Amino acid sequence: MNTEILGVLAMYGILVLLAIPIGRYIGKVYAGERTWPDPVLGPLDHVFFRLSGIKADRDMNWKQHLVALLTINLVWFLFSMLMLMNMSWLPFNPDGNPSMSADLAFNTTVSFVSNTNLQHYSGESGVSYLGQLVLMLFQFVSAGTGMAACAVVFNAMKERTTEKLGNFYNYFIKSCTRILLPLAIVVAIILVFNGTPMTFQGKDSYISMQGDTVQVSRGPAAAMIAIKQLGTNGGGFFGANSAVPFENPNYFTNMVEDISIVLIPMAMVFALGYILKRRRLAWVIFGVMTIGFLCFLIPSLFYEMKGNPSIGHLGISQSLGSMEGKEVRFGSAASAFWGITTTVTSNGSVNAMHDSFTPLTGMFTMLGMMVNSFYGGVGVGFLNFYVYMIIAVFISGLMVGRTPEFLGKKIEAKEMKIATMVALLHTFLILSFTALSSHLFAAHPQEYAGWLNNPGNHGFSEMLYEYTSSSANNGSGFEGLGDGVPFWNITCGIVMLLSRFIPIVGPVAIAGILAKKKYIPESAGTLKTDTTTFGIMVFAVIAIVVALSFFPALSLGPLAEFFGVK
Amino acid sequence: MRQHILPALRLTAVTIVFFCGIYTIFILAIAQAAPGKGRGETVTVNGKVVGFALEGQNFNQDKYFWSRPSAVSYNAAGSAGSNKGPTNPDYLKQVQDRIDTFLVHNPGIKKAEIPSELVTASGSGLDPDLSPSGAKVQVKRIAAIRRIDEKVLIKLIDQHTDAPFLGIFGPNKVNVLKLNIALDELK
Amino acid sequence: MSKHIRTNKLFEPSLVKEALKQSFVKLNPRILIHNPVMFTVEIGAVVMLAVCIWIWKGEKSQGSFLYNFLIFLILLITVLFANFAEAIAEARGKAQADSLRKTREDTPAKKIFAVGEIFTNEIKTVPSSQLRKGDYFMCEAGDIIPMDGEIVQGIATIDESAITGESAPVIREAGGDKSSVTGGTKVLSDKIKVRVTTEPGESFLDKMIALVEGASRQKTPNEIALTILLAGFTIIFIIVCVTLKPFGDYASTPITIAAFISLFVCLIPTTIGGLLSAIGIAGMDRALRANVITKSGKAVETAGDLDTLLLDKTGTITIGNRKATNFWPGGTVDNYVFIEACLLASLADETPEGKSIVELASGKGIKPPDIRKDGAKFIEFTAETRSSGIDLNGMKIRKGAFDSIRSIVVKAGNEIPVDVSDRVHVIAENGGTPLVVSKDNVALGVIELQDIIKPGIQERFQRLRKMGVKTVMVTGDNPLTAKYIADKAGVDDFIAEAKPEDKMNYIRNEQTGGKLVAMMGDGTNDAPALAQADVGVAMNSGTQAAKEAGNMVDLDNDPTKLIEIVEIGKQLLMTRGTLTTFSIANDVAKYFAIVPALFIVSIPGLQSLNIMNLHSPESAILSAVIFNAIIIPLLIPLALRGVTYRPIGASALLRRNLLIYGFGGIVVPFIGIKLIDLLVSTWF
Repeated sequence: MNTEILGVLAMYGILVLLAIPIGRYIGKVYAGERTWPDPVLGPLDHVFFRLSGIKADRDMNWKQHLVALLTINLVWFLFSMLMLMNMSWLPFNPDGNPSMSADLAFNTTVSFVSNTNLQHYSGESGVSYLGQLVLMLFQFVSAGTGMAACAVVFNAMKERTTEKLGNFYNYFIKSCTRILLPLAIVVAIILVFNGTPMTFQGKDSYISMQGDTVQVSRGPAAAMIAIKQLGTNGGGFFGANSAVPFENPNYFTNMVEDISIVLIPMAMVFALGYILKRRRLAWVIFGVMTIGFLCFLIPSLFYEMKGNPSIGHLGISQSLGSMEGKEVRFGSAASAFWGITTTVTSNGSVNAMHDSFTPLTGMFTMLGMMVNSFYGGVGVGFLNFYVYMIIAVFISGLMVGRTPEFLGKKIEAKEMKIATMVALLHTFLILSFTALSSHLFAAHPQEYAGWLNNPGNHGFSEMLYEYTSSSANNGSGFEGLGDGVPFWNITCGIVMLLSRFIPIVGPVAIAGILAKKKYIPESAGTLKTDTTTFGIMVFAVIAIVVALSFFPALSLGPLAEFFGVK
Repeated sequence: MRQHILPALRLTAVTIVFFCGIYTIFILAIAQAAPGKGRGETVTVNGKVVGFALEGQNFNQDKYFWSRPSAVSYNAAGSAGSNKGPTNPDYLKQVQDRIDTFLVHNPGIKKAEIPSELVTASGSGLDPDLSPSGAKVQVKRIAAIRRIDEKVLIKLIDQHTDAPFLGIFGPNKVNVLKLNIALDELK
Repeated sequence: MSKHIRTNKLFEPSLVKEALKQSFVKLNPRILIHNPVMFTVEIGAVVMLAVCIWIWKGEKSQGSFLYNFLIFLILLITVLFANFAEAIAEARGKAQADSLRKTREDTPAKKIFAVGEIFTNEIKTVPSSQLRKGDYFMCEAGDIIPMDGEIVQGIATIDESAITGESAPVIREAGGDKSSVTGGTKVLSDKIKVRVTTEPGESFLDKMIALVEGASRQKTPNEIALTILLAGFTIIFIIVCVTLKPFGDYASTPITIAAFISLFVCLIPTTIGGLLSAIGIAGMDRALRANVITKSGKAVETAGDLDTLLLDKTGTITIGNRKATNFWPGGTVDNYVFIEACLLASLADETPEGKSIVELASGKGIKPPDIRKDGAKFIEFTAETRSSGIDLNGMKIRKGAFDSIRSIVVKAGNEIPVDVSDRVHVIAENGGTPLVVSKDNVALGVIELQDIIKPGIQERFQRLRKMGVKTVMVTGDNPLTAKYIADKAGVDDFIAEAKPEDKMNYIRNEQTGGKLVAMMGDGTNDAPALAQADVGVAMNSGTQAAKEAGNMVDLDNDPTKLIEIVEIGKQLLMTRGTLTTFSIANDVAKYFAIVPALFIVSIPGLQSLNIMNLHSPESAILSAVIFNAIIIPLLIPLALRGVTYRPIGASALLRRNLLIYGFGGIVVPFIGIKLIDLLVSTWF
């Protein structure tokens, strides 16, 4: 069998095998049960709690959770703005990189606080090492925020009636120290030993065999790359992200990094099964996510490995597939696999340039972000899925002739209102901002000529992708887009900000309201949510909502490009 | 909200110290045990650093195996792909030009023998590798210039071909820098 | 007979005529705004009309006049279809209610004036509309009862067929739980004095009519939630359509106003939007057809959610009362002697049990001996002795429960034979009721009384169980008997030796556990429980208090009606859910019709998306809009009849409905639009 395909199969297989036990472990962490690293990490948590003056056992209701979450995010926002706008004169800047302008700092700050890691700067020249370390901090804490919000929802989904949903800081700190930190250390060590730099020395230079003087960017990269993958952040140390050999030296590190991308999002589903004691439900959710994932993956693999038909017309051999924007050491299959894993999970790191993917692969990466919950971001992926489940429960509840119930709680107008708003938001942000930029470009093609790296339908895809990525808090891009200008910095910043916090507030509110409601035991007339049928229903709801929202836009972008090739 | 501000500030401070500081230092310390001490492994020929093991460099002279086209001309101070869309007419013309150039420099090679990676830019612009066929298609040219038997070159390429990871995962590849160093050493 | 219409015909010509008229009346924007989806379509139609005028004045960029005018016309028809759906549902409901109301149009009432012109308690005939709550009237044989009320004096047989359709007369009497009379029914015998209990225009029937007519129709909680979801979808499609303009500008594709509006109208959930209120009205109408008056639409909806039904044993699970089925003489007692003693003991017993003993004895050919009046003394049942019987020629024959007879026997120094006490246990264990008969303080034997379980009731409970509804039998029997009958009938639980407060407690308990409970009752002492229950169904024959407390009234006084009510409720929710699914699934095909049509001129490659191979952009858009319009009337029968409920478990039901309405909803419009395109393409 083709070794490239084997590599993809191995990555997915190892991923699932790791996600199951890690999910169980995460479940134990959130349930406050004993875990094996307790002797080491227990004291560490304790130090965190002591130094920050937090009583981890004080329960909060859903509103208090959200206030705590939003407050600390505001603190981070201010801190990050301060650092990014002043890093030129601060220490750890051996290459003398400049401070950021206000609009770029705003974009970058929102981008990292919101777990998006959309980068309108290039890592080698746009930030100092101190700046990189600050951004790495957000890669930990923004992931921890999403996971903490998810833990609140897990807790709220239990079979009982309560307002007490645990302590936000407790979930947050444990997400960082118990889950992200140990895994990050493992991955960072693997990277370091495979050649990824971890140094505070500045650029090096050498004279190449052909006599050119070449400069080489370095830095404390390994520490950041580990958490960028595990926390579905995606913000690379170097400009071209994990395509850069230093960032992703070989096929083995590629496997490790790619598995890291999906590991925690997938494990969260199994954590849900553990916490709720509903393993079947977890498997149904996993099944829906996996089928969705495969729907995007399989055609993408096919089209990337088949090659670019336009290149094919030029008469050369495409036995390696479409190679524009790809690295030889990964090959087209592992690049397509990464492309889909990074977009379904809101990670956004890349090991190949998405702008150069064949049209349909480009579309599937966009669809991954439009759905944004086939595994999804750490924590927030499940929150998005939760909203779809609420809608699916509602429709299917009506279809079986009963007021809809989800895990013993009645879904009523208020919850539907929130769920509908959250579901709407994504569509609204993507389409309205793409419309704005399309309008500007169509009205002033000369003035904005620098925006698009490619003409026609593909140029439209570049804009659509940028806002889709922002709204999905993904961070990858059709990087040909000339996005380092105030228009893109500010609009993308707004999109990321709204699409980060509203989809956290919404599901937490729904779960909190449901948790307060009377628990209704299941009967034969209750719609069971841990069945294949319900899984199909959720899948159908996701497919229909996404298809109906984005079909026209996609048909003007990647579909038009695809069908345009003769 | 007010009662959340103080814990938020203190907690932020603690996380800064721990994740920016302690975690980083910990990984930095471990890196000292790694090859290249975390500073990037270099390749030396006759005591002179000629490149970094992982980063590709530009080879466009006929006497060397060419490396792939690069959007950043292999300047490792930065990294980028071309970000050209697959149906962009300008891009297709560029590829056509590369094909033509290649055919001019490699007489006797048919178009259909050129593997796509030789005329397409990599993602990072720093791709250190070629596929074995990407190297072999250049054998005729190098053999003619260097006056070496083609079979020797083919053998050299085979020796420098890295098998897939664990023999079964991922593609075969040839590191262009190492291949060219070996090529120079053949004389 | 003034029996009301029970037709199942959906489109009665007279109703259709009225509904057609209403369809146009409802075009009034002030009425239509209550249905946002349809209101939006109306705005679209108005815009198209403006476009038509624009073209007529010479505009060239918007395509032909005929094409635009057709779009306008179809949009208008879409609104009319939706209005018609609502109007026909209303008309049917109204017709149903009207026929009930007819029975109580002005009838002469014999009003009793406490202080009349000449006498006190003077009786004077007035029109029924002049009766007010608290007035008294008199009814004699042959009179039509003018108003709903409560009998305060007297007993009468009454023909209630006008409202129930049941021809057998019923007995109503003052006091107790059968004191309620309904306006429009006819007194067949005797004379009663009745107190009016409702103001004119406020009877349940009046309330229901108002509900059906829409005057006081409020959206139910599920309807509100569904409306929010539909509004969400509508907003998504507004965003999709509005943003398409700049997208089109970028792609240098001008999009005509007709295409925009058509796309928008096709995408928004017009099908369910047009049928939503019809579904709700039809639900109440179905309840009415089942002779159940609901006080709100919410009650019908709640019925679909019920978890627990409290059912009275008598009349619901068993036929009427217990019957004597066997005589078991004890020891050496002669069979004939024993039966004769039983017969004698029961001669004066007017209870159904007593009568059944006489019947059984007569059936065995035993005639009551000649009783000389002076020698016989009937002993009435008292709460103290808990036995009854006869003193005849110095003989003391007694019959009663085992305990009471035993105390008589033991007090006299005798013992109960072992075989008698054994028999008593055997009967009790088998769900029967043993009555022991003694003669001169010696136990003779046992009479076995048995309940007769209604045929087919097990299947009904089975069906309920599959729906997830738990059935609870309420009975005054002792726990042993209750358990036997409960097992035999297949109910899930029972309350034995039930007192009214037991029902109340049971309901509260279930509700604390998050369950929704329904019960049926008629007596005043049922009222608190009826009020407590989530669905309380009062029998029409019941007391006013009971009727006030419940949220439904069953005109048929049929205790099994609860089961039907549950199904009506489920049907209502299901119809909404399935049509929503169908409506939204339809959009897939409409996209494939319209999106290629929009862009095909400037991006020829998108012809590949025209998978239906529609003839031209115009024909594609017209076909989609036409399909969108005609699907509404095609689904009216389904909306009115409701989706059939099948008790096959929630998952199986979902699978079935998802296949029919979800998958079907995707496939049907592909076929429909293609067929319409074949027709339309001859012109466009």
